[in-house]
Amino acid sequence: MERITLAHGDGGELAHKLITDVFVSTFRNERHAKFDAATFALGTHELAVTTDSFVIKPIFFPGGNIGKLAVAGTINDLAVVGAIPKVLTCSFIIEEGFPIRHLKTVVQSMAEEAKKTNVAIVAGDTKVVERGSADGLYINTTGIGIISHPLERNMDEGDSVIVSGSVGDHGVAVLVARGELGLVSTIESDCTSLYPLVAKALEASQRIRLMRDPTRGGLATTLVEICEDFGVTIELEEECIPVKREVKGACELLGFDPLYLANEGKVVMIVPKEDEQAVLDALRSQPEGKDAAVIGTVRATNKGQLLLRTPLGTTRRLYRLTGLMLPRIC
Amino acid sequence: MCVGVPAKVLHIEGFSALVDVMGSQMNVGIIFVPEVKIGDYVIVHAGQAMSIIDEQYAQESLEEWRKLVDARSDGSLNT
Amino acid sequence: MLEVTDHSTLSQTLLQEVKTLADRFQQTFGRIPSFMEVCGSHTMALARTGVKKALEGYVRLISGPGCPVCVTDQVTIDAMISLTDGVNRIICTFGDMVRVPGSYGTLMQAKTEGKDVRVVYSPVDAVRIAEQHPHQEVIFLGIGFETTIPILAAAVKEAEEKQVRNFSMWMSTKLVEPILRQLLHDGEVALDGFLLPGHVSMVMGRKHFEFLATEYNMPAVISGFEALDMLSALRHLLLLSLEQRAVVLNDYKSVVTEQGNVQAKYWMNHYFTLCDEAWRGIGVIFDSGMDFKSEYNQFNAKVKFPIPTREPRRTKCRCGEVIRGLIDPPQCALFGRACTPLNPIGPCMVSSEGSCAAYYQYMREE
Repeated sequence: MERITLAHGDGGELAHKLITDVFVSTFRNERHAKFDAATFALGTHELAVTTDSFVIKPIFFPGGNIGKLAVAGTINDLAVVGAIPKVLTCSFIIEEGFPIRHLKTVVQSMAEEAKKTNVAIVAGDTKVVERGSADGLYINTTGIGIISHPLERNMDEGDSVIVSGSVGDHGVAVLVARGELGLVSTIESDCTSLYPLVAKALEASQRIRLMRDPTRGGLATTLVEICEDFGVTIELEEECIPVKREVKGACELLGFDPLYLANEGKVVMIVPKEDEQAVLDALRSQPEGKDAAVIGTVRATNKGQLLLRTPLGTTRRLYRLTGLMLPRIC
Repeated sequence: MCVGVPAKVLHIEGFSALVDVMGSQMNVGIIFVPEVKIGDYVIVHAGQAMSIIDEQYAQESLEEWRKLVDARSDGSLNT
Repeated sequence: MLEVTDHSTLSQTLLQEVKTLADRFQQTFGRIPSFMEVCGSHTMALARTGVKKALEGYVRLISGPGCPVCVTDQVTIDAMISLTDGVNRIICTFGDMVRVPGSYGTLMQAKTEGKDVRVVYSPVDAVRIAEQHPHQEVIFLGIGFETTIPILAAAVKEAEEKQVRNFSMWMSTKLVEPILRQLLHDGEVALDGFLLPGHVSMVMGRKHFEFLATEYNMPAVISGFEALDMLSALRHLLLLSLEQRAVVLNDYKSVVTEQGNVQAKYWMNHYFTLCDEAWRGIGVIFDSGMDFKSEYNQFNAKVKFPIPTREPRRTKCRCGEVIRGLIDPPQCALFGRACTPLNPIGPCMVSSEGSCAAYYQYMREE
């Protein structure tokens, strides 16, 4: 393949290949590629840094907008590596003709979202490009945090896999907002900052192995990556994975699988079995985590496979998204 | 491409109906089910309602399957 | 008496039932039963729900020619893709066609190179696009079985009523009855019965498939697409096979009637007429598809935009054998190696109803 296609950006198989073949192979530092944020020591502090760009279309969607997403997304990448998010930068690439009042709405959302977690937006940049580029507005945010709870990172057989709530909400909300099929729905994006939620979970258990926020590519892709990167076999119970009824219905109509649709306000955690209840209680005590559920178990610490047990009792293997073309959703 | 989805008819206007699929709504053509009524469930495929679901038959199937479960647990199964 | 409302308990019970009957078949006939499912959606559903895997060693489920894109021959696929070569055109298609490998590229590649290719959910959307772009020719790639053909007719009806002059359709449709007859006539695969497509039957009616029993002595059951529906249908198929009764049974009565959908059949036959179609791996089958009646030539893209046929590129793709049930996808040397959904050599690997795609996604063991 010689040219970039939209499939290279969907978080699936092709995207993974692009990152490996073009970026990691050149930049090296592979050990950081496994995590949502890179960590490094600076003097006596352990810091975390991450960056993300947001090209979502449409810019305004039920439950949020590109600005809220840009702030929450980067805060979440810091939170899931056990860091307290401290500062954010933000760069704007704005299309000529974009209404300033829309820009103000977006920026206002960013300030509100950052305030929720006491994160300061301290640096930024603005560029304007000709009409026809940038689809209105693109935003990049980079975040820095201080590690407060370094994670164990070694998983054991029997560890529980927990998700903080229903999956596929954001992906469907955006598809509906884009007018796919002319569907009208009350589904809202779950876009939100996860820091307070994650902090509660970390208080409940000091032995959380790993956390990830399952964005592009969905819950399934995130877990496939965990299995491969850490060489574990995880088995999920299909019936235990929380999916909102409206999301299920929309997915059936659109022909999508909620396990592969983006989430912007969920975290998946691997915790020791003994701490399962404490973590669940902590998550459920917060509104963003009220639907938290145990969805699977670490079956083995080898092989690197993600398995799904169907209601019928059979098991099948889950893989990365393979070339399914989804519109830009984050 | 073959699979249709069951949808509840909420509103009819001319040859088009507003249907609900577990909370999401869309418009579909109803030229193939002109006798459809509000409250009916239809199978939707590629933007058209293709069949009105007969609830009674759906219930009968469920009953048939339930009987099998009961027969198994009674030990009285005689297929 | 148990009050059961739990679907998974129901499906597990039905699964046990099917296994018990399959064991009885094995004891009676000294082999396991083989049934062919003739619908790509069944292939996908059987794989995704785990029914196919659960029945391994009990029932052999053979995928048949159930995917409209997969059974289309390469020359036709190449012709449809080369429609993008023309200027001032918008090619509209169902999502499935976008990554189907043509001999000289795919629709997706054409789109990346700047051609106007649009995926639509409904063919009527293509008519709307034509109304919005009156100075461009909008061509819809009309692919499908009997479930879809009436819907193609609905789009033509819309275009006719609104007097849309810049809309046309390239028909590449297939009918289920002729291919079933061909497979039974060729007798390449030993079968004990058929799992019939629920939604093709919704249009054509149970009676349409009666010939399987009366002319070929084959039991067949019309099935829905949930695990429960398919297990129930398989149970009925096994009961019929055990009793050696050639009957065509409707196990999807909530949706399928004896006569099918009269309105759908009317519109299909209003705009279209039977035509010969070339089937991948088989060749031309007489009256096995539908195309425009000559009085509707203004909507026929083949008439408006004739494409010279080109010799297709030869590959080692064995889709033609997969759709006839001669081999399972892993038996093709290309499966999972040179041929994957990311880099497909044939349509079976890339279609949402393709047998190879179903296998790759839901049944691959590594």
